[in-house]
Amino acid sequence: MTKYITVIGLEVHAELKTKSKAFCSCSTEFGGVPNTHVCPVCLGMPGALPSLNKQVVEFAIRAGLALNCEIKVFNKFDRKNYFYPDLSKNYQISQYDKPICKHGHIDINLDGSEKRIGITRIHMEEDAGKLVHNGATISSSSSSSVDYNRAGVPLIEIVSEPDMRSAEEARAYLENLKAILEYIDVCDCKMQEGSLRCDANISIMPEGATKFGTRAEIKNLNSFRALVRAIDYEVERQKAVLEKGEEVVQETRTWDDTAGVTKSMRSKEEAHDYRYFAEPDLLPVELDEAWIERVRAELPELPAQRQARLMQDFGLPKYDASIIVATKAMAEYFDEAVKTTQDAKGIANWLLGDVSAYLNNEGITISEFNVTPAHLAELVNLTKEGVLSSKLAKKVFAEMLKADKAPKTFVKELGLEQVSDESAIIKLVEETLAENPQSVADFKAGKERAIGFLVGQIMKKSKGKANPEIVQKLLREALG
Amino acid sequence: MKVTEKDVKYIAQLSRLAVPQAELEIFTEQFNQILNYAEIMKKIDTTGIEPTPYVLPISNAFREDIVKPGVSHEAALQNAPAVEKDGFKVPRVIE
Repeated sequence: MTKYITVIGLEVHAELKTKSKAFCSCSTEFGGVPNTHVCPVCLGMPGALPSLNKQVVEFAIRAGLALNCEIKVFNKFDRKNYFYPDLSKNYQISQYDKPICKHGHIDINLDGSEKRIGITRIHMEEDAGKLVHNGATISSSSSSSVDYNRAGVPLIEIVSEPDMRSAEEARAYLENLKAILEYIDVCDCKMQEGSLRCDANISIMPEGATKFGTRAEIKNLNSFRALVRAIDYEVERQKAVLEKGEEVVQETRTWDDTAGVTKSMRSKEEAHDYRYFAEPDLLPVELDEAWIERVRAELPELPAQRQARLMQDFGLPKYDASIIVATKAMAEYFDEAVKTTQDAKGIANWLLGDVSAYLNNEGITISEFNVTPAHLAELVNLTKEGVLSSKLAKKVFAEMLKADKAPKTFVKELGLEQVSDESAIIKLVEETLAENPQSVADFKAGKERAIGFLVGQIMKKSKGKANPEIVQKLLREALG
Repeated sequence: MKVTEKDVKYIAQLSRLAVPQAELEIFTEQFNQILNYAEIMKKIDTTGIEPTPYVLPISNAFREDIVKPGVSHEAALQNAPAVEKDGFKVPRVIE
């Protein structure tokens, strides 16, 4: 069977966190009663004129700089003409031949090897309204209802080069992109709510081919998992088509998350023929260097820089640091926690281990996590100081999840202080040795394993509170 | 390149216009006249001249990011041919 190479490019739409819409003063607030954040401009009333929100340009410059793009001093808006019910004016104001940013990149890291994914362009445009289908799916609905609250909400569209070769690379790119957009605070990046949306252009070509295969554009990818599954499915579908001797059709397909398949999305509309032309109702944008340089100077620390800082200042391993910086909230939590503990690796271990497990399990993010950074730091300190064994620390942590009180309170309440007092422990050691003559004999006969059993017995007697290191030390002394 | 009736039909379809047969001929003729004019202009040497999407020497008309009330929900839906679930009711979207 022929071996194929997968070629993926992503188009990511990010809703900008402005207060008002791109071309009118309506609120951008998410949700609410349909058609309550609307005006003649976003409803596409004849004669209504758009007026550009300066903050949209500011955010687009910021995103462009954070994504290593050239910022185009002269850029302009164009009309993209098509009929679809969610588009009130029958054209979308977008940027065609003169977008605000070009030629950027993101470096992704997979299994320790770095790869640069090119960004072709970033342009500013307006979002469309929202269609609410009266049936279960778009295909089974006899009619739909349009809400224009979202119409005119500013977006940036970030178009990648077809540089990704696997679903994992696409996922890594999107994760990196999302983290950067979060850090620079231009988008709240909630994929489920649609404030960050991703379309994937996927094609396959036989190994050794120089020309890309025909691509399909997959829409409706509203989670990382959907992106990965859709790519995997689509690659197999295209392989099957080629193996049958047929040709892949260039088309738009929609991802059906429940069925786990991509489906052809034939619209009633004509083939894509957008007849772009310069938007005559808006003036071009001409940036001056001072504006661009001010935005550059104000750029916050980005994920890659933050990762380097965590590795350098706190000696964290690369893996730990990369996970912590992947979301802004996690990175901030870490920075807050290390203010009150010297043990940064201890904090990292909790964040990557029990904390992440708990968050995943509950389906929440760290912003909704009820344990404060200071309390987690205290828990780490108590372990470091030997007050709590790691096993008891987990027990305290479980209590903290129920009610976020200072760990010291729980240690007292539950009587969990680790016993490091040698005179108390030696008693337990002596008792245990007296009760287990066989193990003592085994040990003396050279069976090193017997000591593990004895330690276990002593720990059991202490209800897990004896300091294991001291137990080991005293036990070995007693055994001579 | 000459515009044909087929081109006019296609453009009418893109614009959601129903053009009667008699008018198709008129439009085909007029489209060709417009393109003929463009053909004449193409003879002008434009080497070194930047495309001119805007004739006015001004740029950057910005609005500050401030929310102002729009129109009421009722007013917004006043011209809707049909209303469903607080929205503009539209026919089935895909085939």
